[in-house]
Amino acid sequence: MSEYPTALQIAEGVRSGDLKAVDVVEQHLTTIADTDGEIHAFNHVMADEARERAAAVDATVAAGGDPGPMAGVPVALKDNMCTRGVPTTCSSKILAGWLPPYDATVVQRLTAAGAVFVGKTNLDEFAMGSSTENSAFGPTRNPLDTERVPGGSSGGSAAAVAAGFAPVSLGSDTGGSIRQPAALCGVVGVKPTYGRVSRLGLIAFGSSLDQIGPFTHTVADAALTLETICGHDPGDSTSIPEPAPEFSAVLDRGVDGLRIGRITDLPEGADPDVVARTDEAFAALESAGATIVDVEVPAFTYGLTAYYLIAPAEASSNLARFDGVRYGLRVDGADVEEMMRNTRTAGFGDEVKRRILLGTYALSAGYYDAYYGKALKIRRLMAEDFAAAYQQCDVLLTPSSPSVAFPFGSKTDDPFAMYLCDTYTIPANLTGDPAMSVPFGDGADDLPVGVQIIAPSLGESVMLQVAAELERSAP
Amino acid sequence: MSTDTNVTSETSAAPWAFEGYEMVVGLEVHVELATRTKLFSGSPNRFGDEPNTNIDPVTLGLPGALPVLNRQAVELAMKIGLALNCTVQPCTFARKNYFYPDMPKAYQISQYEDPLNVDGWLDLPDGTRIGIERAHMEEDAGKTVHAGASGRVHGAEHSLIDLNRAGVPLVEIVSRPDMRSPEQARQYVSELRAILLAVGASDAKMEEGSMRVDANVSVRRPGGELGTRCEIKNVNSIRSVGRAIEYEAKRQIVLIEGGEAVRQQTRHWDEGDGKTHTLRDKEDADDYRYFLEPDLVPLVPERSWVEAVRSSLPVLPSARRVALAEAAGSAPDDESIVTIVDRGQDAYVFAVVDAGGDVGRAVVHVQQAFAEFDAAPPVPAGDLAALTTLETGGQLTATQAKTVLAVLVDRGGGDPAAIAAEHGFEAMDTSELEAMVDEAIAAQPDAWEKFRAGEGKAMGALVGHIMKASKGQADGKLVSQILQQRKG
Repeated sequence: MSEYPTALQIAEGVRSGDLKAVDVVEQHLTTIADTDGEIHAFNHVMADEARERAAAVDATVAAGGDPGPMAGVPVALKDNMCTRGVPTTCSSKILAGWLPPYDATVVQRLTAAGAVFVGKTNLDEFAMGSSTENSAFGPTRNPLDTERVPGGSSGGSAAAVAAGFAPVSLGSDTGGSIRQPAALCGVVGVKPTYGRVSRLGLIAFGSSLDQIGPFTHTVADAALTLETICGHDPGDSTSIPEPAPEFSAVLDRGVDGLRIGRITDLPEGADPDVVARTDEAFAALESAGATIVDVEVPAFTYGLTAYYLIAPAEASSNLARFDGVRYGLRVDGADVEEMMRNTRTAGFGDEVKRRILLGTYALSAGYYDAYYGKALKIRRLMAEDFAAAYQQCDVLLTPSSPSVAFPFGSKTDDPFAMYLCDTYTIPANLTGDPAMSVPFGDGADDLPVGVQIIAPSLGESVMLQVAAELERSAP
Repeated sequence: MSTDTNVTSETSAAPWAFEGYEMVVGLEVHVELATRTKLFSGSPNRFGDEPNTNIDPVTLGLPGALPVLNRQAVELAMKIGLALNCTVQPCTFARKNYFYPDMPKAYQISQYEDPLNVDGWLDLPDGTRIGIERAHMEEDAGKTVHAGASGRVHGAEHSLIDLNRAGVPLVEIVSRPDMRSPEQARQYVSELRAILLAVGASDAKMEEGSMRVDANVSVRRPGGELGTRCEIKNVNSIRSVGRAIEYEAKRQIVLIEGGEAVRQQTRHWDEGDGKTHTLRDKEDADDYRYFLEPDLVPLVPERSWVEAVRSSLPVLPSARRVALAEAAGSAPDDESIVTIVDRGQDAYVFAVVDAGGDVGRAVVHVQQAFAEFDAAPPVPAGDLAALTTLETGGQLTATQAKTVLAVLVDRGGGDPAAIAAEHGFEAMDTSELEAMVDEAIAAQPDAWEKFRAGEGKAMGALVGHIMKASKGQADGKLVSQILQQRKG
């Protein structure tokens, strides 16, 4: 486990008066100032706002009040979540100069719980990528090996936790963008059930897939953060009208009697070290009293293909609003159409353009049925196959990422090799089911390996219960 | 207003035909719903405010903003569907993708594959049934104003965008291609407007753009294969609906007769030159790349909600016309009946009848004297009833009654008998009239000879003479009776 204080420790200390939030925040700001020049986890550090907020939290405690369950906990936000008056860029040139006039729902909820935002973290532009190399502002380095990527697209948020810049950060996960970087940076990363966390104020990539979730050092901190950010939001029509359960209550229950599914027809391609650690995770759970059940999920293999039609299709529409008319970058032209073309040509990076083209093509008249329509069919099949598997087991266990953190530039010339990073994470986005990555030992070059737990819809509790067991038994 | 409210009867009910072709017309009518707020956000839905004041993150299409469906809009949309005899069904929203500066998200949220209302109909006053294919919900775009020069794109120095209208709820009502004449199209729009007003779904003002009509027009030999259609945009009044369709059908017929093919096009109606002009050809049409809107969930109106809305519907104009026509002994598409129901004055006519008035005279007076009033004319129903009684009892001529009614309108009511007395209106006795007829014949011998020879028109001069001599107090009907008798 990490050398950094957890969110629970900080909140407990601040609420009891043993710790001052201003001191906690100052320590974290100092760490950021000392090392983020190299790591580049942040696009924007909110030093002044953080100090002000921390002072307000301390004042509440001094006045005998309770600032909330995350009192004084420094939190880093992926830079695709809107923060009022604070630059929100999606690591894209196209949002240059834009200041959101409102806070995302998750920002409001964390603020209400006493958390203190320390900055906005780097990402692959518009969350499109698996290494954070697609950021218009330069890549983030993996704190565990600065020659390697932190994963992506939430690479900045994963690195911020791994580097001790904040005990909690939020990422967004459309095809694995929380779980894969969590695995590569050796931290816990959770993608909740689609609809558990409001997307209001999250700048959309693939609206039917996007879900916000936390990075933390510990499963308990993840549970704490989830208790704060989950729950119905009438401002998001896809938000599930269910209150957030008390996730923290299940962490000590162990796995005795639980059935852990092993997918026998899982797509190949994981490195041997990753496979070995995953097998050990099964063994650890079995020795803790769980039963390992072999299940088949035939559609799993087609997830990547379906995803790379559905996500770009939605993205091509979601990103159409960046036209230079109302906000962000504008590059002038002879008429309005040329202005739009010039703006988008200059404002978007290659990977974003590639996906806009893919998605536009997939939705076009004459191609819709063959591409987008077929992808939707796979999505339905995926849900059916998972539902059948859940008849036999409580959760599924797979690797989070096919490999440990890889060196910069090793996949940038081959988009498809990069897309394969998401092989194991994508199905849970297509089904909407909750899934998370939890560190389980080291692989090649002493770099961390993450294993993924996938649970049925709204099954975060059992998922966290299993994660806590893996955390306890990790080598 | 006047262009919108009345179906003028300049064309008869005779079927339209030109060079042996018939026209086939379907209309797509967009109406803005009279909701308090926009379709997907809390900004006010209000016409005429300062530009860009009724806006919010959703309206602006800001990153991270999400739509939330307005329940009142759904309810009004259901009212329209139910009033048009549609089936209200579970439905979905889709994105219609295209770039335009006043379309903030670069897509319009609309209903595509599964609209709220399907398969209804609307009956024209003459009983012709026009099918309704669908009536679906969607959001409006903003407005672009081209500054400088002519106000059109060409020659403009720059453009200004007002997003107050962006996100205003619309219902698009798509008819089946069941209309065969400009008159039917006008009647359809007029009737649809009356229904929208009756159910309170929209203020349906064509001049303010809260009701907009696009016409799909094609021509064919009667009973033959459907021809290639053109869609006509910018039809901004009921009068233009007829004119634009007429022009377009003739244009297509002339093309075909000249050996050319009609190209499938979107065309723009120019009110100024009375012609339609090419906007774009089919092959230049946008590919809208529709797909299900992932930010919204399917809308499944509960049965109880639909039934509650259905039972809240008022009696619709068609039923009211039948009721009034039955009472008055005329046809439901009689102009007076259509006009009175259009103005919402039918309840007033019934109140006059309930107060003992004569229904026929009441219909005539209400149609003629109350054109500038709405559902509640300023004359108490009892007073109008008394006036009609004086007329039917022979104490007042129609002309005198008109004068008395004008005074009643001025004064907001009163005793018609007293007003008649003030004006010295008394029924002339027949001998007095006979003398006046003799005098008129003596004064206008030419007219008399012509009248005797069978020239009906010549009677006008004689009657006019008598009216002048009696200062309008002579009963015109009686005068013409006497003249006919004299003629033998």
